[in-house]
Amino acid sequence: MIAYALYFGFFAVSVALLMNLWRLLVGPTVMDRVLAIDTMVINSIALIILFGIQQHSTVYFEAALLFAMFGFISTVAYCRFVLRGDVIE
Amino acid sequence: MHFLLELVISLLLIIGGVFMLVGSLGLLKLPDLMTRLHAPTKATTLGIGGTLIASMLYFLATDGALSIHEVLITLFLFITAPVTAHFITKAWLHQNPAEREVLPPTGRDLGWSTFEAVPDEAREGDSPPR
Repeated sequence: MIAYALYFGFFAVSVALLMNLWRLLVGPTVMDRVLAIDTMVINSIALIILFGIQQHSTVYFEAALLFAMFGFISTVAYCRFVLRGDVIE
Repeated sequence: MHFLLELVISLLLIIGGVFMLVGSLGLLKLPDLMTRLHAPTKATTLGIGGTLIASMLYFLATDGALSIHEVLITLFLFITAPVTAHFITKAWLHQNPAEREVLPPTGRDLGWSTFEAVPDEAREGDSPPR
């Protein structure tokens, strides 16, 4: 039963990633694209966790944690760049 | 594995997947950025939360050890999500000067702090600037 729920999870997250990709390509403003990237990172974390359950391995949690950290830092860096024209002043 | 535990894990996985889908659908369908910002928070809290609790229960049931990594990821995402949303809205407000006219008056002689720097005489209660 868990295997079928995992298949559904993979399907849902993949469709969600495609929808985010559409928002990333269409825009229309820069901040929409930043928000789309941020949501894509969140969905990738979910995908990694689902893959970890399927492979029955806890190694993937470190990757998910790194994704969470880099996603946050890159989003804040993008916003700083749009706001101030520079990331680190 | 016990049937009931398996059912709970599957339900949590499905709930997580559905909320991921709902968050991205909202990102796609809502009209402008301020409303679009609302949708992916569902994916961050309920989507990731459901998936992580499912993973925690799964590894508790199979390995017999409670892993703390999932709690770390959830905690990190819950702390950083408001900061991200604040930065995105702030950058968007500064990119759209038309938004300033829509804002209600503050009722004081100071403007909205997002747009105007706080003058020195208004800082009485604060510690002196270093």
